[in-house]
Amino acid sequence: MTYFAKPKLLRPDTPKNALGYTRRDYEGAISSLCAGCGHDSISAAVVQACFDLDIQPHRVAKLSGIGCSSKTPDYFLGNSHGFNTTHGRMPSVLTGAALANRDLIYLGVSGDGDSASIGIGQFAHAMRRGVNMTYIVENNGVYGLTKGQFSATADRGSKNKRGVVNSDSPIDLVALALQLGATYVARGFSGDKAQLIPLIKGALRHRGPAFIDVISPSVNFNNHAVSTKSYDYVREHNDAVNRLDFILPRDPVEAAYAPGELRRVVQHDGSVLLLRKLKTDYDPSDRVGAMNHLQERHALGEIVTGLLFVDSTAESMHAHLNTVEKPLNQLGDAYLCPGNAALDALNASLR
Amino acid sequence: MTAQSLHSCNDFVIKFANVNGSGSASANELFARAVMRMGVPIAPRNIFPSNIQGMPTWYEMRVSGAGWLGRRGGCDLMVAMNPQTWDRDIAEIAPGGYLLYDSTKTLPRSRFRGDVVVLGLPLTELCNRAYTDPRQRQLFKNIMYVGALTALLDMEFAVVETLLAEQYRGKDKLLDANVNALKIGYDAARDDLPCPLGLRVERANGVGDKIFINGNNACGLGAVYGGATVAAWYPITPSTPVVEAFTGYCRKYRTDPDNGKARYAIVQAEDELASIGMVIGAAWNGARAFTATSGPGISLMQEFFGLAYFAEVPVVVFDVQRGGPSTGMPTRTQQSDLLSCAYASHGDTKHVMLFPEDPHECFTLGAQAFDLAERLQTPVFVLLDLDIGMNDSLCQPFAWDDQRRYDRGKVMSAADLAAGKNFGRYLDVDGDGIPWRTIPGTHPTKGAFFSRGTTRNAYAKYSEAGTDYVYNMERLRRKFETAKKLLPAPVIKRAAQPTRHGAIYYGSTSPAMAEACAQLAAQGIHVDLLRVRAFPFADAVSDFIADHDVVFVVEQNESGQLRMLLLTEAEADPKKLLRVLHYDGTPITARFIAGRITAALEARQAPPLPKVAP
Repeated sequence: MTYFAKPKLLRPDTPKNALGYTRRDYEGAISSLCAGCGHDSISAAVVQACFDLDIQPHRVAKLSGIGCSSKTPDYFLGNSHGFNTTHGRMPSVLTGAALANRDLIYLGVSGDGDSASIGIGQFAHAMRRGVNMTYIVENNGVYGLTKGQFSATADRGSKNKRGVVNSDSPIDLVALALQLGATYVARGFSGDKAQLIPLIKGALRHRGPAFIDVISPSVNFNNHAVSTKSYDYVREHNDAVNRLDFILPRDPVEAAYAPGELRRVVQHDGSVLLLRKLKTDYDPSDRVGAMNHLQERHALGEIVTGLLFVDSTAESMHAHLNTVEKPLNQLGDAYLCPGNAALDALNASLR
Repeated sequence: MTAQSLHSCNDFVIKFANVNGSGSASANELFARAVMRMGVPIAPRNIFPSNIQGMPTWYEMRVSGAGWLGRRGGCDLMVAMNPQTWDRDIAEIAPGGYLLYDSTKTLPRSRFRGDVVVLGLPLTELCNRAYTDPRQRQLFKNIMYVGALTALLDMEFAVVETLLAEQYRGKDKLLDANVNALKIGYDAARDDLPCPLGLRVERANGVGDKIFINGNNACGLGAVYGGATVAAWYPITPSTPVVEAFTGYCRKYRTDPDNGKARYAIVQAEDELASIGMVIGAAWNGARAFTATSGPGISLMQEFFGLAYFAEVPVVVFDVQRGGPSTGMPTRTQQSDLLSCAYASHGDTKHVMLFPEDPHECFTLGAQAFDLAERLQTPVFVLLDLDIGMNDSLCQPFAWDDQRRYDRGKVMSAADLAAGKNFGRYLDVDGDGIPWRTIPGTHPTKGAFFSRGTTRNAYAKYSEAGTDYVYNMERLRRKFETAKKLLPAPVIKRAAQPTRHGAIYYGSTSPAMAEACAQLAAQGIHVDLLRVRAFPFADAVSDFIADHDVVFVVEQNESGQLRMLLLTEAEADPKKLLRVLHYDGTPITARFIAGRITAALEARQAPPLPKVAP
């Protein structure tokens, strides 16, 4: 996140990652969102996660739909290609991009209007199709650019700034993602970066559809006293099931926790998800259990956060399609065109 | 044989009236291929319902020694196998024509016509005698009538037998059963019916090296040769077979011989919006990608077409047109998506369109569409229709120049960027309106840009400045001018004599137009022809209109969409462009075109009515 233009000069002791990049190399254009917007914190978390993971910025493709949240990819990873698509259709465009080049890291950014209303169909199908992507929903329960209408994730009975009560049931994208087959499902809060950054890291290194719902208060339209998506409300009702530490394969795992409190999940690439248990009975490898827990806590008015489910052995879309290892966008003419001899044989069979 | 019965060799129309899902399609195609193997050109057309089983379906086949491949209309020999449609099928037979039917069940005389030759064969009875399995009884009844027709039309039995042998190679049991059924039908006709009829098929030399394939398959093949690696689609009649064909040809030609892996990715999307979204994503990321759809899909994809146009993403769309509006006539043909493709999406958009006339051009233009899309960085629509797409048709064989390389257009490489080339995604450096692009992942620090549907400046930065907007729109207009020079040129055929009359047409109207032109010439009416192959129109189109006093615009829709495009885009004089419109869902015929042109010219030549004094 870059809210103010920063000086180009760096202090000599500015931290660099293994690639020699500073955090500045992962930043983007100056944000045009409202001061204090939760979305800017998420952008900052993305920057930190990519910096920590030593990701080459140009190996990331960042895609979004339309809305406040969908503007944010312009504000991080300025050396990555980005695509601000149409409203609610980021998942299909990202799916196509992933088909074309299986080697890039795909980051989809969307909002609650973009994913839970106009784009709910595409959200659902990207999850069930096993697209290898990190899908972040910046969830504030309102439409910001059009000045504060309820979105489909707004809680029933919650009031907007003018006191209008939302009478429709909310859509919980995390519950949907679990049901639809996402293989990494998490919920975070833009006000808790320490929790969010490792969730994003784990997602970026996950193979398959990784979905993170980030509750991200809208300072202008949904941060008032009776809102259920305000900073205060979320802090008071945050019911974290675990605390994640993300460990790269090259880093030593320093476990200083009592046995039984720590769960270790090794992802396909050797990276390790270290989960400190906050709820002794919570098992993040149990999809059905996760769905039940979510419903139970939701009924009590709690917002369940943390890494809710992970399947580190899942296959992704390219495995289902059995595509060649080399990205399809790099196959040369000789690999694609069968040539005239094949046509001669085909012609003969059509007479 | 009555004296008035039709007599014709290698020039007649035979129509099969069947029940959908009864297995008749393969038998009818077998018959068609047999005629073709005897060197006689054929033009079959499937008239089928939007249904899987039980509804009426017809296979109408024109046998034309002269090689006319358009629909003729009328029916000289009806093979009436569907009791549901009996009365209308009987009524359709030309006076002096022939009726072949299953006479197992006796029908009252009142159900027949006195002026057609009635040929009854107890097909059900013959089948029941030869087979016990109910499915076989049904399927072999179809093969039996092919056998009967072989005798009735004086065709070579060995030709049909060879076709069966090719079809069932290695499946001896099936082959024997089929040949047996063929023989039963052949013998029964020869023994009990007046063979041969006045209608005959005689070995000829009219087919040459032509191939027999439908346009949908040819489009799928064209996409393989055009280098498409990503296809995303949603099932819809009549375009579904395009992707099915692409899948089949990819399996055959694009499976890695070393590990069996696919050099392609095909995704059946959740709807048309997702289909075109995936295609846009893949093309943005540097793969050649396409979707295939029909009218309703074109409607659904509108918003995305605008994005692809404005963000300049090279996608290819095959639109197999069917009858509209709305769900319209899903299994009937029309050319009615012209305007919704030409100006697809809100705001000022304009799109490149290609118009193949037959399967051969579906292949060539289908492959070329990918080069054009990448060269122009814009959506390219390949507009065929149900008539071309779903009917097997004789056409020139496919050929490919092995020296040809794909034109990937203006793509900046990592080396270009490293060498310090100025990269502005929407900067018109070459003056042709086409900017340079980079593929994601190319260079660590150079060449990244943010694609969007919103206004931006030449360096792809968000901008709401009017000057940036105007610069961009003017560049897009320039790009469209460039397109004119790159697209396939119109095909002009001059009449045998100089004439002030012209006709403009495109796509599946082509064979009927050529035949109508010959018919008119025989009446002394000469018409110059121009076949449009692409939009935006080449200057040759305006010149052609300028060179004639009257230009008939012959097309298959109700509102004259090509004419409207010519008025706005070629700035033609509306009084000059006369409509010849056919839109009942059946393919246009030469008779129709010639009739309309004759009538229109007669009306123009008639002396004006005397003015009546007030």
